[in-house]
Amino acid sequence: MTRQNIFDQYTAKTSPIHRLSPIVKVVVAVLFIFSNTLLPDGAWLSFALSGGIILTLTLLAKLEWHYTLKRSLIVLPFALAGISALFSLPGKTLAIWHIGSLELILTDAGLLRFESILVRSWLSVQIAILLVATTTFPDLIHALEHLRLPKMLVTVVAFLYRYMTVLSDEALRLLRARQSRSALLPNPPHSDDFSRPALGKLRTKVLTTKTRGGGSLLWRARTAGNMVGQLFLRSYERSDRIYHAMLSRGYSGHLRTLNPHSMESRDWLLIVLAFIFIALLQLFAHIS
Amino acid sequence: MLHSPTPLHIPDGFLSITVSLITWAITIAILSIAVKRTEKLDEKQVPLMGVMAAFIFAAQMINFPVAGGTSGHLLGGAFAAIMLGPWAGMLVMTAVIGVQGLLLQDGGLLVMGANILNMGLITSAIGFGLYRMGDGRNQKLKLTLAGIAAWLSVMAGALLTSLQLWLSGTARLDIVLPAMLGVHALIGIGETLITVSALAFIFKTRPDLLDQAQGHAHGGKKWIFIGIGISLFVLILSPLASSNPDGLERVASDLGFLGQGVDSPYSILPDYTLPLLGEGAFSTIIAGIIGALVVALIAFFIAKRKNVTADT
Amino acid sequence: MPITHSSPTTPPALPAESTVISIKDLDFSYPDGHIALQSISLSIKEGEKIALVGPNGAGKSTLMLHLNGILSGRGDLEVGLLPLNKQNLPVIRSLVGLVFQNPDDQLFSPTVFEDVAFGPLHMGLSEDEVYARVEAALAQVDMRGFENRLSHHLSTGQKKRIAIATVLSMHPQILVLDEPSAGLDPRARRGLIELLRELPLTMLVSTHDLRMAKELFPRMVIMDEGKIVADGETGVLLKDEGLLEKHGLEGV
Repeated sequence: MTRQNIFDQYTAKTSPIHRLSPIVKVVVAVLFIFSNTLLPDGAWLSFALSGGIILTLTLLAKLEWHYTLKRSLIVLPFALAGISALFSLPGKTLAIWHIGSLELILTDAGLLRFESILVRSWLSVQIAILLVATTTFPDLIHALEHLRLPKMLVTVVAFLYRYMTVLSDEALRLLRARQSRSALLPNPPHSDDFSRPALGKLRTKVLTTKTRGGGSLLWRARTAGNMVGQLFLRSYERSDRIYHAMLSRGYSGHLRTLNPHSMESRDWLLIVLAFIFIALLQLFAHIS
Repeated sequence: MLHSPTPLHIPDGFLSITVSLITWAITIAILSIAVKRTEKLDEKQVPLMGVMAAFIFAAQMINFPVAGGTSGHLLGGAFAAIMLGPWAGMLVMTAVIGVQGLLLQDGGLLVMGANILNMGLITSAIGFGLYRMGDGRNQKLKLTLAGIAAWLSVMAGALLTSLQLWLSGTARLDIVLPAMLGVHALIGIGETLITVSALAFIFKTRPDLLDQAQGHAHGGKKWIFIGIGISLFVLILSPLASSNPDGLERVASDLGFLGQGVDSPYSILPDYTLPLLGEGAFSTIIAGIIGALVVALIAFFIAKRKNVTADT
Repeated sequence: MPITHSSPTTPPALPAESTVISIKDLDFSYPDGHIALQSISLSIKEGEKIALVGPNGAGKSTLMLHLNGILSGRGDLEVGLLPLNKQNLPVIRSLVGLVFQNPDDQLFSPTVFEDVAFGPLHMGLSEDEVYARVEAALAQVDMRGFENRLSHHLSTGQKKRIAIATVLSMHPQILVLDEPSAGLDPRARRGLIELLRELPLTMLVSTHDLRMAKELFPRMVIMDEGKIVADGETGVLLKDEGLLEKHGLEGV
């Protein structure tokens, strides 16, 4: 059972941040990300201020100061998609490249835009990391329920959370079986991979296994497709058994849950305070 | 982009507030219909959709090497919609994308509306819509349609992602669009191969499940129009915008999108007045359709081979 | 989502030594035509502990799914003096605590609390009563304090105990367990046997673990090919090597 770490980034600590209502945490996190997105290009002081708040919250949550920093590198690969922003704005020309018929003019405004996108994204992902590091996922599900997400969707999310490790285990068993039948296929991910704190995405890790060819592309794809089909059938049959287990405990189409969280006046106050603070930050960023 | 297997998971910060909110609005509108429709289904639907969401999550781990260190794997929107119906497929994909964003930071929170739209909603709609055309026909045709749908679903997602990045001022259309579409034309072939093989496997082992998944059980004929509509949108807009981004730029700035940052660089270029349907536009559309035909042939080929193995 | 506080229907109080479950001539075939149960008759008295044995595919699980109406074949089935019909279904489902073989199917909620609370909540009990029952059920299986644990972090042995707690919280009259000792290491198996020994409930337990059957269950029912082929004292049946061999069982 080494796997649990990758899916559960919650760190069990007792801190003021951990104790906050999950609803407050979700709302403030979204507000904060909203704020980051609204900060203008090159608002370095405001960027730094936001970063400072995140660091303070990280320390308050008794996490290592570099915890969110390290994990937030996850956004780096996507930076490629924004790289063309470098050449998208008029301004002082810094360099010109020609690739085929494409003329790429690097401008100071383009550079500033690109850097700002990266910083905004990096700040935002740190907030999301902080949120899941200090809130258990079942609590997050309760928060979503309180925030009026449709019951149906909340339930599907809860099932997904419960069964993603179970079915990922089954997928890994299928991958290992393929490996043991054919020396020419990529190594399946080792369970050790899961015990390390995840820097990148799970799938990145799973996919960057050694490629050693093996059969035609069509054959390899079909093997993978068969595995997907097999996993589907197992999952489908499992959903039947779960349905029976639900029925035998009185389920009749209408799900009932107890939600231990409720909004208290202190929680409302915190949300209002966060809102005022973010409004001030925005004011400052847009005036300066 | 080749190093990231899922370049469609947009992180926060890459889309503007306007684009984030508009995509959220569209996503919420579609999802609220999906919730209403699935609530009407039988009570078994709840555990089924829940486990299927976990299945898609796990199935995305099953990979196969393509070339040069890259691997193909399933995105799953078309597959989910074919097996569960369009509305349930959408909810399942929404849960997957939501948990990936919330729990694993694979995709942002404020931009989640866009991610759900690109990877969950449009993929399910096109997947089911095209598959629905094969209702009551033979297996080969169904698998071929599923294969085309899988490829187009990935292309549709890539197209939407590129457009959103561009409208947010995060990317230059003439660079991001060909790059995204190029990469995803390949990723889409992986999607096609896995989707068709997985369906063929299910046809063979549990034909009763695909009888249940006969299109009419899940949605009416209007889905065929939706599927064809999205396909045409992808097939016409992708090559057109790639070869001639100026027209789109003008439309976008007319709509006030590009005004929020600095003016689009194209407004300072002299030749931006090219009409939307300029010279060569039709040839590029035809190129797109040829592309789709090639995928159709591949899908047909696998379907045929599958039938042979199923018989023996 | 508001919690419905409807008053739960109370089952008729049973006099001692009365019949908890009575089945007469039950037949069942699956939609594909496969005959799973053939004229099954079985009566279970209060306080009895019965082992249900037989090879895979003998119909044990199918029979168990009938006991609370998940499957319904032809024939008579009464639980706690109530005939099985649509109207009685909710009460019967709370009377028969059915625990499935794979705890990953039985525990379908993110946390232990939510799973143990599922039954009481769907019986329409009040919030306070639900909390009290969860606490008591967890105490009964010796898993106090596990409320907020995540189901996927538990060991197999812990999952099996929680799975039993999920039906104990419904205060069933009979506990029906499918292969409870399967997949457990010797120590967890021993712990489970002690737990089952101490639970003061009527029990019907399907198992391949004849040593456990000998230890715990005075009565044994052997099924094969959808029929009950023997029903009697465990000690006696286990000595009949011809019978055991005929139905693919190994004596202990």
